[in-house]
Amino acid sequence: MAYLELNNVSKTYGKGANATEVLSNINLQIEEGEFVAIVGFSGSGKTTLVNLINGLLQPTSGEVIFKGNPITGTSHERGVIFQNYSLLPWLTVYQNVSVAVKETFPKENKKFRENRVKEYINMVNLTPAIHKRPKELSGGMRQRVSIARALAMDPEMIIMDEPLGALDALTRGNLQDEILNIWNKDKRTALLITNDVDEGIYMADRIIPLRPGPNATLGPEFKINIDRPRDKTSLNDDPEFKKTRNGIIEYLMEIGEERTTTETIEYTLPDLEPKYFD
Amino acid sequence: MSDKLIKIVRFIGLGFLEPVIRLSRGEETKKNLTEILKKIVAPLASILLFILLWQGGATALYNTEAEYRIEKAFNEQGQEGADKMAACIASGDVSCQPNTLPSPSQVKASFYSLLEDHKIISADKKAFKEKTATLNKQRKAAGEKPITYTGRPSFVDQIITSIKTVFAGFLLAIFIAVPIGVVIGLSDTLRSSINWLIQIFKPVSPVVWLLLVFMIVKTLTKDSESDTSFIISFISVGLCSMWATLVNTVMGVSTVDKDILNVAKVLKLGPIQKVFKVILPSSLPLIFTGLRITLSVAWMVLIAIELLAQSPGLGSFVWEEFQNGANDSNSKIIVAMFVIGIIGFLLDRIMLTIQKFVSFNKD
Repeated sequence: MAYLELNNVSKTYGKGANATEVLSNINLQIEEGEFVAIVGFSGSGKTTLVNLINGLLQPTSGEVIFKGNPITGTSHERGVIFQNYSLLPWLTVYQNVSVAVKETFPKENKKFRENRVKEYINMVNLTPAIHKRPKELSGGMRQRVSIARALAMDPEMIIMDEPLGALDALTRGNLQDEILNIWNKDKRTALLITNDVDEGIYMADRIIPLRPGPNATLGPEFKINIDRPRDKTSLNDDPEFKKTRNGIIEYLMEIGEERTTTETIEYTLPDLEPKYFD
Repeated sequence: MSDKLIKIVRFIGLGFLEPVIRLSRGEETKKNLTEILKKIVAPLASILLFILLWQGGATALYNTEAEYRIEKAFNEQGQEGADKMAACIASGDVSCQPNTLPSPSQVKASFYSLLEDHKIISADKKAFKEKTATLNKQRKAAGEKPITYTGRPSFVDQIITSIKTVFAGFLLAIFIAVPIGVVIGLSDTLRSSINWLIQIFKPVSPVVWLLLVFMIVKTLTKDSESDTSFIISFISVGLCSMWATLVNTVMGVSTVDKDILNVAKVLKLGPIQKVFKVILPSSLPLIFTGLRITLSVAWMVLIAIELLAQSPGLGSFVWEEFQNGANDSNSKIIVAMFVIGIIGFLLDRIMLTIQKFVSFNKD
């Protein structure tokens, strides 16, 4: 049995005539220590999928199984990094991480918790900003706090919901490396949701495209056979990278086209001709 | 150091002093001079204009009233009476002064006389205390009640009583509205089942609250010798003013950002932790907006309630002066009006400062 398993999972919002099935028939297996990326268009139900796995939502049908037990709610074993950082705006960086540490290690003494908070803030290079509030930080710094908070809880699995989606390209690249470094240290299981194919290939072992919703479902998986550590600059010339990238993009474009062609509207243009004045 | 000073000045709402501080350091003379013109000179000019208009209006009203009196005297007693009345008014005799809107100078004079009055009364009180000190000691030893000063309260005493009442009412409002608001805000069922009560009682006039409180407190305090009028007025003030805080707290608690609630879930905070660590802090800005409205409503309502309940304070001071009808009563009422306005303004400023302090959305 896989570490995390989704069996025929569907999620429907609304009831009766208003019901929309966002996800249908999702099947996914993730092994322990694996880094899996799910790529999809925006609005294809990625966040719903993440929330099913982290326990914020329950599936309408099917089951989500984590380490052999169905998921019934959130758990400290699965750390979540949200797309919009979701920091508590009235707390400083230190306090934001400290809230999480206090919840996960209620029995440890104060010194231990303090050190743990500082250690993880240091890990994401935020020690100089430790007493600042989220308002005073840049987007990248805020996401770093969010990463530190998730990791300080010592989760067995990290779930990232478009963690770098709102950041500029340079910050994005830096944070990708930072996340990979951290992941490399103890090879936690990781699930990355993203809309950036390159990011997925650079970071993951396996990429699975999500066909857009409603009725979103997972497409065929693409294995990334590129050795780690991967080098971002030479990656562009790697034939394996090019092949995978083109394969995924082609697949996504195809379903993208399918989606648009099903709802094309033909416009009949009025029969007008320019008028000339002599 | 000076930047710190500017920050503090801005924080307590005296931002108009900023250009003065900057100018005194010789920064951007031209810009700061126009700032001073805008922020200090213009308001001062408008104050001056206000006083001039008031003076003009008061003089016009005085003349109308005086002419009316002379005409009345003429109709009743003929030319001789009219002349006598005109002479009497001109002489400034207290008995025949026209009773109308007092002029700024009269109000100023009344203000000083009220202060003078306060000095006399405090001296009186002090003397009384000294006189009864030994006697009170004996009475205390014998287990009797001490003799207290029962003379007339001065204007300043009335102000202090009013502020005490408003704070007692405000605290009562906080202790009722915030916990109830949090509880109602947390539960959809409770919110819809209690909403009718809030909607119906919210617009009820202070007068009705006063009567309701009076009915209850009167019965409850039948045997006790506590200060019933104070209890009645502060409870009424609290009940009238708590609605803004209640509604805002309910709204703040029930509209906490969904992302933040998700964080609470992912961190697996317990229900109490969730309320104190996530829900309350994130609704604090809204709660404080409610508290600020509550305090200003409390102060406004207090005057009316004191006036009706005959409990000591600025409200009853105004009412007594109006009933009194002495020569300077009108100007004393105007003094009270300004004092009420200024204290209300200061209370609002204090709340604004606290509100800024707790708001995490500040830049």
